[in-house]
Amino acid sequence: MMPAAGTERDVFPPYLYEAYRSTIRRAPRQPLIEVMATLTEHTGPGPTLSAIVPEDADLTRNAGTGGEAIGQRIIVTGRVFDEAGPIAGALIEVWQANASGRYWHCNDPWPGALDPHFIGMGRCLTDREGAYRFLTIRPGAYPWRNHPNAWRPAHIHFSLFGNNSRGRLVTQMYFPDDPLLPFDPILSAVPEAARPGLIAAYAHDVTEPEWALGWRWDIHLRGAGATQFEPPR
Amino acid sequence: MITSSQTVGPFFGPAILRDGRVAIGGEGESIRIEGRVLDGDGAPVPDALLEFWQADARGRYAAEGFVGFARVATDDGGAYTLATIRPGPVGGMARHLAVTIFARGLLSHLETRLFFADDPLVPADPVLARVPANRRATLLARPEDGRYRWDVILQGDATRETVFFRWLTS
Repeated sequence: MMPAAGTERDVFPPYLYEAYRSTIRRAPRQPLIEVMATLTEHTGPGPTLSAIVPEDADLTRNAGTGGEAIGQRIIVTGRVFDEAGPIAGALIEVWQANASGRYWHCNDPWPGALDPHFIGMGRCLTDREGAYRFLTIRPGAYPWRNHPNAWRPAHIHFSLFGNNSRGRLVTQMYFPDDPLLPFDPILSAVPEAARPGLIAAYAHDVTEPEWALGWRWDIHLRGAGATQFEPPR
Repeated sequence: MITSSQTVGPFFGPAILRDGRVAIGGEGESIRIEGRVLDGDGAPVPDALLEFWQADARGRYAAEGFVGFARVATDDGGAYTLATIRPGPVGGMARHLAVTIFARGLLSHLETRLFFADDPLVPADPVLARVPANRRATLLARPEDGRYRWDVILQGDATRETVFFRWLTS
């Protein structure tokens, strides 16, 4: 693990990153206004969010069809921390393309085959040790229209609620053996030193014999004191 | 090192919105807030996700029986609607909702606040006091036909672009 240095300004991508074309007309142009966080930011909805059932964390079967998703079965597991330690009861929501790279979404234009047994969404709460675990299938890569011959590497979208609004994070998890990683402007927008933090590690101890390959990915959220800034004036 | 952020992308809808937390209920005065999310060309952003976090009518966060959280996606015209209750003032601040914005093309989410233009506490609000005077209007929802109107302008000149905050913790 890398040392617990790195503020959001060293780790988060910039808003404007021209190689990712959608940023050009959507990135703010004015500087963010820096203000000391108030009670509004030191609270958040995380602990109060909804009823989760264990089946929600099994994307291979949660389409409700009685059938099983097509693709290579994988276990994705890890722990969620902020600088105070593991976060218990954190809500994690995930979504992903199916094995052919197609999302269960009416706006996805990519003519990859749909899998009736895979809706590509799941959720869970972290346990007392901050651990989460999803059973899913490995998503496929898919083309997009950002630039000629653009392909997104395989990824799983993660949305997390920490202990307060500071811990809110939406990000993507990637696979280390994916040859598309160096070509992806969304990943490349992240400062180089922080990119490995978005890539899962193959974990043979997580792999279950005759069943599923294991991947481990830990997530470190901002917390009440996760950022180190010069004193506010 | 903290984990970096990535865009929510265009396909979050089914996963994020199935909870149906599209309104904030509770005791208090029911209000409706409507608006649009627009890009630097003034074009609607049809794939934005807005998250709202607010205190209850007495100014308490996460009070018993009151979640104070909703999330709403924009429609094809970039429009959103939030039905909620008017929050009470918290800690010497004017009544406000925290608003977090996600969208394709936003590599990290944006954080802002919605205030009410007709709230008598607005002139003394300590957060608004940190905002240049010519930009404060971007944070004020205006009463209009029995509801509030508030647009989010992701990009523009200083008086047009919505003010976004970076919250400091030390």
